[in-house]
Amino acid sequence: MIMNLNPPDLITLLVAGGVGLIAIGAVGLAVSRHLLRLVLALGLAEAGANLLLVVAGYRWDAVAPILAGAAPAGAMVDPVPQAMVLTAIVIGVGVQALAVALLIRVKEAYGTLDIRELKVLLERDISAAAGLAPPCSAHGPDYPHPPGAALPVPLATSKESA
Amino acid sequence: MHKLASLLFTLGLAFLLMGLAAQLPLGATPMGIGADILQRTPAEIGSANIVTAVVLAYRGIDTLGELAILFAAATTAGMVLSPGGAARKPRADAGLVLRAGSDLLFPLLLVVGFYIVLHGHLTPGGGFQGGVVLAAAFFVSFLARAEKQPSHTGLTLIEALAGAAFIGIGLAALFGGGAFLQPLFDHGALGALVSAGSLPLLYLAVGLKVGAELASLLAHLAE
Repeated sequence: MIMNLNPPDLITLLVAGGVGLIAIGAVGLAVSRHLLRLVLALGLAEAGANLLLVVAGYRWDAVAPILAGAAPAGAMVDPVPQAMVLTAIVIGVGVQALAVALLIRVKEAYGTLDIRELKVLLERDISAAAGLAPPCSAHGPDYPHPPGAALPVPLATSKESA
Repeated sequence: MHKLASLLFTLGLAFLLMGLAAQLPLGATPMGIGADILQRTPAEIGSANIVTAVVLAYRGIDTLGELAILFAAATTAGMVLSPGGAARKPRADAGLVLRAGSDLLFPLLLVVGFYIVLHGHLTPGGGFQGGVVLAAAFFVSFLARAEKQPSHTGLTLIEALAGAAFIGIGLAALFGGGAFLQPLFDHGALGALVSAGSLPLLYLAVGLKVGAELASLLAHLAE
């Protein structure tokens, strides 16, 4: 089906696909609250960016940049974007593997990957480690301590005096 | 409200990107580098796969940086995930069918992996792609057999030697009077297995390094 399209239509289709992948990844980054989904959304956006880069060097009347004989046979596509995308894919794999490794440790330490719950837990831990009062009012609805837990002593330099 | 705002933002981003892409002269590359490389590669590098010539010869130091990033990511993931005294969870054995299948797959994957690595200067493929297949060859048998533990020392040794070989070939070119990572040796016949100077050696080092790094990364993730 793709072969029957006119060349400009094909390029429009590919560009739309790349932009669409980036948009889907951006929606995922903005909407999802699960950390693993954020990593997957980042991977989708990365695939879209790679597709756009390859399309930038694409020519509908050219062949792949591989020499079949001694002399170049006809026009060939630009090899530089393809080499760059090769680099980008490899680095993307490394980044995602590192992110997943960190997620495993986060899940072990806090038992959740929801960023709203993690935010509360991390703020509590950071405040406790720094010896500071938690960054919100003890009477507010978001007070990050479960009822009955030992509260850290608020320091003199609390939020109202700062 | 938050979701609505992010959807609007994404729609705007998509429209912006489409507008930019509509202005671009896609296919008619405004730079002459690609055409220049296409013209010069047969005489200068002698590799039939021009993408390989770009990756290893014209942008060789970039590939070294890429290897460094992959090395840093794999090392950090290994540090984050290293057991640290905690006992490893015993894994269940995979059963007869999967074990026999992994034994059958192992030599085939090795052959395919080394084929892709060693023909990187002739056909699509190369050290990165073949290295992933090599890592899969070892990882499949590791997954299928519970008693089998990956030798992290051996993997680190392969990785270190391959990385040192890559830099060593580059330094040999530097002290031989050329630039760092400039291709060594004769070009040979275009399209022959032994051709394109030191590019197959460089890709072999890349393939072993990537394979060892990914195998140790996957083993860490599985443990």
